Amino acid sequence: MKTFVTGLKYLLILAGAALFVIPLLWMLTVSLSTPEQVAQPGIRLWPSQFKWDNYRIALTLMPFGKYAMNTLIVTFLAVLGGALSSSLVAFGFARLRAPGKDALFVLMLSTMMLPAMVTSIPLFIIFKNLGWYDTLLPLIIPSWFGNAFYIFLMRQFFLTMPVEMEEAAEIDGCGKFRIFWQIMLPLSKPALISVVVFSFVAHWNDFLTPLIYLNSVDKRTLALGLATFADVWGVDIVSLMAASTVVLLPVLVIFFLAQKYFVQGIVMTGIKG
Amino acid sequence: MKTTKSTTDRQNLRNGLLFCSPIIMGLSVFTLYPVLASLYYSFCNYPMLKPPVWVGISNYRTLFHDPVFYTSLYNTAYYAIFATPIGLGVAFLLALLLNQKVKGMALFRTMFFVPSIVPMVAGSVLWLWLLNPQYGLINSLLISMHVPANLIPGWMADPLWSKPALILMSTWGVGGTMLIYLAGLQDVPVDLYEAADIDGATSLQKMWNITIPFMSPHIFFTLVMGFIGAAQYFTQAFVMTGGTGGPVDSTRFFSLYLFQNAFQYWKMGYACSMAWILFIVILLFTLLLFKTSARYIYYGGEK
Repeated sequence: MKTFVTGLKYLLILAGAALFVIPLLWMLTVSLSTPEQVAQPGIRLWPSQFKWDNYRIALTLMPFGKYAMNTLIVTFLAVLGGALSSSLVAFGFARLRAPGKDALFVLMLSTMMLPAMVTSIPLFIIFKNLGWYDTLLPLIIPSWFGNAFYIFLMRQFFLTMPVEMEEAAEIDGCGKFRIFWQIMLPLSKPALISVVVFSFVAHWNDFLTPLIYLNSVDKRTLALGLATFADVWGVDIVSLMAASTVVLLPVLVIFFLAQKYFVQGIVMTGIKG
Repeated sequence: MKTTKSTTDRQNLRNGLLFCSPIIMGLSVFTLYPVLASLYYSFCNYPMLKPPVWVGISNYRTLFHDPVFYTSLYNTAYYAIFATPIGLGVAFLLALLLNQKVKGMALFRTMFFVPSIVPMVAGSVLWLWLLNPQYGLINSLLISMHVPANLIPGWMADPLWSKPALILMSTWGVGGTMLIYLAGLQDVPVDLYEAADIDGATSLQKMWNITIPFMSPHIFFTLVMGFIGAAQYFTQAFVMTGGTGGPVDSTRFFSLYLFQNAFQYWKMGYACSMAWILFIVILLFTLLLFKTSARYIYYGGEK
């Protein structure tokens, strides 16, 4: 009876896992097949031949190098600035005493409920007046002012750290900023990594902001480029799946490198309080 | 003594302002000002190239006579009402499955989670083809199971099936919610289950009287966040329909119509009034959720 129940559990989990993974497997299979194979009826989840040349063709159909470069610039600068400013603010919220701090924290958290569409139009007008339309700046600069969610994550982590070390440093004449920079930040690597991963995935995957602000072809990011690529009449499914796989790959790599921290970060978001 | 206290106070304030200055500036410039400006624009005629002109509630009045507004509202409500509970339910079942002490749990967890980090655009392109009526994997599967041809859905080509298609796709990405539930399940005290076993409780009774109450904060959190996300559903519908919201407006969601008004028809004032209606609906609904569910949520003896 016991082995039967265990067997049943495995069967259910395996079936479920298969349902979740099969779409990605299918994507990979199609990307390596010939258009004729794809047009044949039936189900194929493993390529009968590996046509790696499909990838070269797909990536020359669109200015892939340009898109990748833009995406890398945006992601790198936004992640770096966002992680630094968010942890700086988080340290302020976790450790410093100032009037109105808690009210500001609540206000900041409540903006997470605000639909992006409410602010998007006035922001568009601001950035247009600044001459930032059709540049990468609107995709980068706002993240340098901290992100409510990342600040929350970092603050929760700072709160778990003992204050004795900071007090000792303070007695030795260490200023607040040095405490933050030389003691707190190096010790909060797990939280920092999860913020970096979250932020990387968010910027790499972002579609709405590039859609609003980028106009010329050579300014596009990968997500926007892929969407326009998909929209262009006559692009074949094989090239589309190859391009999608390439856009997905860096996110997968980052995830597997930092899986432990990423999972921790998500788990922390569900913690009450 | 009084002077030293006020010196520390001043120092505290200075340090606090210094460390929090990024978010204070960010909130003012990127949130507070835009929120107020969009409220103002919502009462203006603002065709982008000309300065905004105050027109009172005229945008709102036009909106309430705009049939597409109601279509988009219906589409978004349909999506939120089905996609949110289905997503939470599937995530909960998956978490329950993975919470069994099985070997290779980490591997399975990854398999369920990975679809949720697939870039929305790549995911949408993929599902557009998975759901393709002729070549798609899903219909190939249905055909191989000998489902009669007239029962095979047209998915994104059929206005009746386009929203279910999007809901199906969204269920594929519930991995994040599943991880939150999994973490919650691991915090439920084991001795409660043991005590229940001694009293001869059935699995269903244990689920209803132990698991669900302990999971209620997590369920509530994901319900609120899921609803707020669903109310703003945009990217997948935009990518899969080339920004049109077809077929026959069946995937013209509220945010999609708002986007079209703002950045395709350049009716900025009109779009702002839509944005404010969305904001108020989200606010009211969230408050309603908080009010109605507060007494069903169990915070492990804290309250």
